Amino acid sequence: MLVAAALSALLALAVLGVLAGAEMWRHRMVYFCCTIASLTLMAAGLKHLGANPGTGPAIVLPIGLPWMQAHFRLDNLSALFMVVVNLGGAAASAYGIGYTSHLPEPRRVTPFFPLFLFGMNAVLISDDAFMFLVSWEFMSLASWLLVMSDHTNAESRRAALVYLIMATFGTFCLLTSFGLMAGAQGSYAFPAMRGIYLPPVTSFLVVLLALLGAGSKAGLVPLHAWLPLAHPAAPSHVSALMSGVMTKVALYGLIRILFDLHGHVSWSWGAALMLIGGVTAVLGVLYALMQDDLKKLLAYSTVENIGVVVIGLGLAIAFKDGGEKTLAALALVAGLYHIINHAIFKTLLFLAAGAVITATGERDLGKLGGLLKRMPWTGATALVGAAAISALPPLNGFVSEWLIFQSLFKGPSLPYWAMKFGVPVVGAMLALAAALAAACFVRAFGIAFLGRPRSKAAAEAHQVPTSMRWTMAVLAVLCIILGALPVTLTDALSGVVQPLTGVHFAVSADLGWPWLSPVSSTRGSYSGTVLVMTGLSLFVITILLVHGFGTTKVRRADSWDCGHKEDIPESQYTGQSFSQPLRRVFTTSLFSARETVDMPEPGEMRPASLKVRMIDPVWRVFYQTIIDGVGYIADQVNRIQFLTVRRYLLMMFITLVFMLLVVAVRQNK
Amino acid sequence: MPITQLSYDMAHLIGATVLMAGFQLLYQRRLFAVLNTFAFQALALAAAAAWQAHIQNAPHLYVTAAIALLFKAMIVPVALHWLVEKLGIHRTVETAMSIGWTMMAGVALVALSILLVLPVTANAAALTRESLALAMSVVLLGLLMMITRRNAVSQVVGFMALENGLILAAVSAKGMPLVVEISIAFSVLVAMTLFGIFFFRIRERFDTLDLSDLETYRGDRQ
Repeated sequence: MLVAAALSALLALAVLGVLAGAEMWRHRMVYFCCTIASLTLMAAGLKHLGANPGTGPAIVLPIGLPWMQAHFRLDNLSALFMVVVNLGGAAASAYGIGYTSHLPEPRRVTPFFPLFLFGMNAVLISDDAFMFLVSWEFMSLASWLLVMSDHTNAESRRAALVYLIMATFGTFCLLTSFGLMAGAQGSYAFPAMRGIYLPPVTSFLVVLLALLGAGSKAGLVPLHAWLPLAHPAAPSHVSALMSGVMTKVALYGLIRILFDLHGHVSWSWGAALMLIGGVTAVLGVLYALMQDDLKKLLAYSTVENIGVVVIGLGLAIAFKDGGEKTLAALALVAGLYHIINHAIFKTLLFLAAGAVITATGERDLGKLGGLLKRMPWTGATALVGAAAISALPPLNGFVSEWLIFQSLFKGPSLPYWAMKFGVPVVGAMLALAAALAAACFVRAFGIAFLGRPRSKAAAEAHQVPTSMRWTMAVLAVLCIILGALPVTLTDALSGVVQPLTGVHFAVSADLGWPWLSPVSSTRGSYSGTVLVMTGLSLFVITILLVHGFGTTKVRRADSWDCGHKEDIPESQYTGQSFSQPLRRVFTTSLFSARETVDMPEPGEMRPASLKVRMIDPVWRVFYQTIIDGVGYIADQVNRIQFLTVRRYLLMMFITLVFMLLVVAVRQNK
Repeated sequence: MPITQLSYDMAHLIGATVLMAGFQLLYQRRLFAVLNTFAFQALALAAAAAWQAHIQNAPHLYVTAAIALLFKAMIVPVALHWLVEKLGIHRTVETAMSIGWTMMAGVALVALSILLVLPVTANAAALTRESLALAMSVVLLGLLMMITRRNAVSQVVGFMALENGLILAAVSAKGMPLVVEISIAFSVLVAMTLFGIFFFRIRERFDTLDLSDLETYRGDRQ
């Protein structure tokens, strides 16, 4: 009931967004109401999870095709994702209250923002394939409109085009996947799909198509190409929604199909998913390391984190098929935990990037720097987000990656040789990705917020409006809370995964409340709570000691200037120089990176330059081949357009005679 | 009148005459000869329709026969004669395929239609069966003529020969309503009018009726 009211409110808000016109307070009102609606939906999800009734009542509405009805239902999984989606949604809306006045054209954004939220929520509560796909398309198109909001920019237009093509491709794959699952009876309601037995070939196709469909939306390599184009092209609070939340809806689709509707996915698909996840994580973070555009960097980091989650999902599938239900539950809990975490810190980081752009008008790392002093709130919250996404304890990112590692270490216990050999490889990829992610965010935060300003705009940065700062602060606090109280969350998550894996599993079973000991107490345990308490008490003790026994005399001195007396910003590390060692190690062969140095002759006045040329291997292998192929076919088919009338007739005649011959041969057999 | 052996043979004879005229059309090398042959085919078609009207006891088929006689055997050939003379069109038939090969292809098409129609209509009355095979052959021959002739007038004639085949099929099937035939007759007339206008425009601009000259002027082709 609450859900229905909030969803219709979002639809109504879209209309209001159209009517908002040029008056800024109306736009603010729309965003404010979006916040309320999102919070309501989040409360509904939390209430469902808290009451833990399993599956909610089904609601059937007579909309859609005449012989079909729309089925809606809230179960534990969708309630969890509803919380995730609307947490991000509420944050982005609240941020929008202050941010909307800084947009070049708020009228192109405000109407579609509620629609986007509506679409994502509708996907979650759909209980039949038809409604699911309609909502999915709704979500895609609404976000496409938001990507197009900056339509005067050629890069945005290209991003929108690539996004539209990929979204269409993804929905097509999902549609086919659902069609195969519905079987000959053509029953599109989810409860009917669950019971159907799928023959091996159909089963293979269903999983493959679901992976292509949901994976293209989530950004799995090699289907990620649109993501780093489209996510940064939208306004920052929409980028936060797309990166932090919409990718989660895609993962929801994947989990719904692989764990719930299909239910008997073979372990080899699990292994494949793990490998894809590992490649996605490593490639994603390598791309992120090479980016100078702050928002593009964050978008590539999303690709990495999706890879991490998919490793967890693949592991869960392999465990489930191998009969290790408890470990399957562990891997799935770890994956879901990372989904929640990523939704929070990626939203936070995109909002921080939005604040930086608002304050300086720059998103190029090479023109930022020294923002921490001028924007202390943004800087502090971004630091928390960067630490969390780099998986530093005691923040939330550490807990989920640690859990994924714990379940990964149990992978070789499965009776498949591929898993015994493959799991260490994926583990190494995950470790590499985690380390590179840390390097990536040290770079991003260090270059943008520390050091000296690299441009006039950065030097004149100003504080952003209150609503934006508070939103970021709340998200940062959530990062800390979810890191400090991991057991509370894993217990809630084990209720969600119970129907999907068939066992009730408590991650904290061995050692009790504040300790996570997923496998056994002797193999590894972690307590964010104890860590935070210890850290805090040490902090307090240190302060007391310093202030109690140390000197109180204040001494003033110059700050350390790294040996550079002159105040030239160019003498600092730049984004490019920071990542150069890693670029040389990893991308020379992978991205065919080549550096060319242009050194002026003695006496010449022009500056020396260093150019780096990189080729995206994924784009070249997968996309350029397809583009070239389509172009070639189009050229060939183009010839048919300029035939003589007689030849067209000849073609018709030959076709007719051929078909008549087929009929004649068939009936005379 | 009950269908006797005689009526059956007569129907076949006339139908075969229409088909023979179709072959003759393929064989002609002069434009006026083509028009005359077409008039002959239309005449045979009128006879076929009249005979069917007689043996099926279906007086409305007489109307079809009259339409075929009036429009196709008289007005259309005369009009085309007049057009050719008035426009001074080159009177040789330019073929895209040698006459001999065309004739052989035609024979193959007749074989194909017999092979096709006879098994399909195994349950239908014998009268309808054979006539349908003949009619289909005429249709295919008309199409063959359209693709093996280069100049516009013979293509128009091929198109109308194709229509003749359709009408032959329509009159052979018992109980076919008149509406269809009238519509077919009208479509032929409309087609002729359209082509007539078309010729005038070609004449004004290109001084020839060979279609290959027309194609080079089609805007986007260089």
